[in-house]
Amino acid sequence: MKNTELLNIFEASSVSKNGNLETNDTQLKNFWLNFGPQHPAAHGVLRLVLELSGEVVERADPHIGLLHRGTEKLIEYKNYLQALPYFDRLDYVSMMVQEQAYSLAVERLLGCSVPQRAQYIRVLFAEITRLLNHLLAVTTHALDVGALTPFLWGFEEREKLMEFYERVSGARMHAAYIRPGGVAQDLPLGLSLDIYEFVSQFGYRINEIEELLTNNRIWKQRLVNVGVVTLSEALNFGFSGPMLRGSGCIWDLRKSQPYDVYDQIDFSIPVGVNGDCYDRYLIRIEEMRQSLSIILQCLNNMPAGFIKTDDRKISPPSRALMKHSMESLIHHFKLYSEGYNISKGESYAVVEAPKGEFGVFVMSDGSNKPYRCRIRAPGFFHLQALDFMSKGHLLADVVTIIGTQDIVFGEVDR
Amino acid sequence: MDLQKFLPIKDTIISYWYFSDYFNRNKSLSTIIIKPAAIVEVLTFLQLSSSFRMNCLTDIFCVDNFSEFYRFEINYNLLSTFYNERITIKVFLELNQSLESCSGIFHGANWLEREIWDLYGVFFSNHPDLRRILTDYGFDGHPMRKDFPLSGYFEVRYDDESRKVLLEPVLLTQEFRYFDFISPWENK
Repeated sequence: MKNTELLNIFEASSVSKNGNLETNDTQLKNFWLNFGPQHPAAHGVLRLVLELSGEVVERADPHIGLLHRGTEKLIEYKNYLQALPYFDRLDYVSMMVQEQAYSLAVERLLGCSVPQRAQYIRVLFAEITRLLNHLLAVTTHALDVGALTPFLWGFEEREKLMEFYERVSGARMHAAYIRPGGVAQDLPLGLSLDIYEFVSQFGYRINEIEELLTNNRIWKQRLVNVGVVTLSEALNFGFSGPMLRGSGCIWDLRKSQPYDVYDQIDFSIPVGVNGDCYDRYLIRIEEMRQSLSIILQCLNNMPAGFIKTDDRKISPPSRALMKHSMESLIHHFKLYSEGYNISKGESYAVVEAPKGEFGVFVMSDGSNKPYRCRIRAPGFFHLQALDFMSKGHLLADVVTIIGTQDIVFGEVDR
Repeated sequence: MDLQKFLPIKDTIISYWYFSDYFNRNKSLSTIIIKPAAIVEVLTFLQLSSSFRMNCLTDIFCVDNFSEFYRFEINYNLLSTFYNERITIKVFLELNQSLESCSGIFHGANWLEREIWDLYGVFFSNHPDLRRILTDYGFDGHPMRKDFPLSGYFEVRYDDESRKVLLEPVLLTQEFRYFDFISPWENK
């Protein structure tokens, strides 16, 4: 909420060139506040230097890089398969979508095709990941704004989703499941049934969260008309995902530039009208419902068949085959020591990650390691706009805006 | 994409090519290499021209081609949500050559240029706020350059005795190992 009354009081007194307020006989100085890096509402390690005039934010200067691990540099020293797990650790709440982006980029460089079943599994798990991310985004946003209960409910559901991750890959979060050429393993027996059971009850869980929030007076007071972004501003700042759709742009990479089997799946894209935090909240809720529909379609339409490409130079042979085929043994050894060499070239893959457009650029110099790997993280662009989004808002609204941007520092700092 | 559309900026273009399968199966992408001095002109043209309407700058990143004279390759990825099209613009720079900032046209470029300045040391003129962004306060050097070692030069630790955070030269208890598994028979 823009506090216009408070601003009017300040406007009555003259503002000097250095931004300090001067009345006739007293001089007022703006207040500088360090928000974070240990503030729980800073969503990780964000150091935010705020210039406050009273309680109104004049300027916000985010200092990032406190979680900078040099992922792009590290990847240059790893072969193509070893580089994959770094992508789980970027945005550590939407793991598999990022693996998918990297895998797509490498596949385009290799020119290899992915079996239909593997593509369905990828989309299935990409949507499970979207649920994981939006559950965290919406409920921690509510937590920051003061509603604790959705957080507790949402995390119970996340636990179930992470169990699906674990059953398919062995790890709850850092799965390394979607790999260049397909996926690591086939779905274990009974998993599809359990996912179906989860999906059939999850709609009610969303309803419960919505009952608490959507028409809640306090929630609306904190979100409606806070952090308004117009469409041209959103595009100019490089926004993507719910942040862009909240401003009314009908843009979803799953529809406009489909990858894997998204072009065979029927779903709709929720779009906001006002471009404020409340619209973005509604979009995330609706996206979860759409994800449920996509998951159901994947379960129903998934064909039988291979789960990774048959090219033994790219994907390893099965364990059983290695026991009695010398050639398979050699392939396995070569794949896990040398890896595969990719001829000179570059490729770029973009996917619709839950937070927005996640892009991976891979450049090969003909060796078995990427010469350069660029990671385009959506959060980086959103956080950049924090200054203009929070200008003129109250200090408490900064928390709302950080929440709506769905910032995760793993990807912002890389 | 129709080549005719590039006619107004044809003097700035050094070369161009198409990828049929670059971004995805259905969309082709064109890459143009332009003269460094014309970057703002070209970006403004692509943003405002009704035949492109590139309204979103999705990324700027740098590649360090260490062994070449034009060492730094800056890539600008543009997206048109109107035509659902993408263009990559490439600019090649030598060491210590600066580039004009485009943060006046695309506000999103501000941090991207800061990042390139921080990690590669490519200077952007007319940038409103060219500070380091990802590395530590007081960091020296440009870590993404190929001649910067992976382990870096200094490490930071908290010293319990002096109760201070110390900056010391990196001391590796185990030598840095670089596994080169490339087959000596194939390739090359």
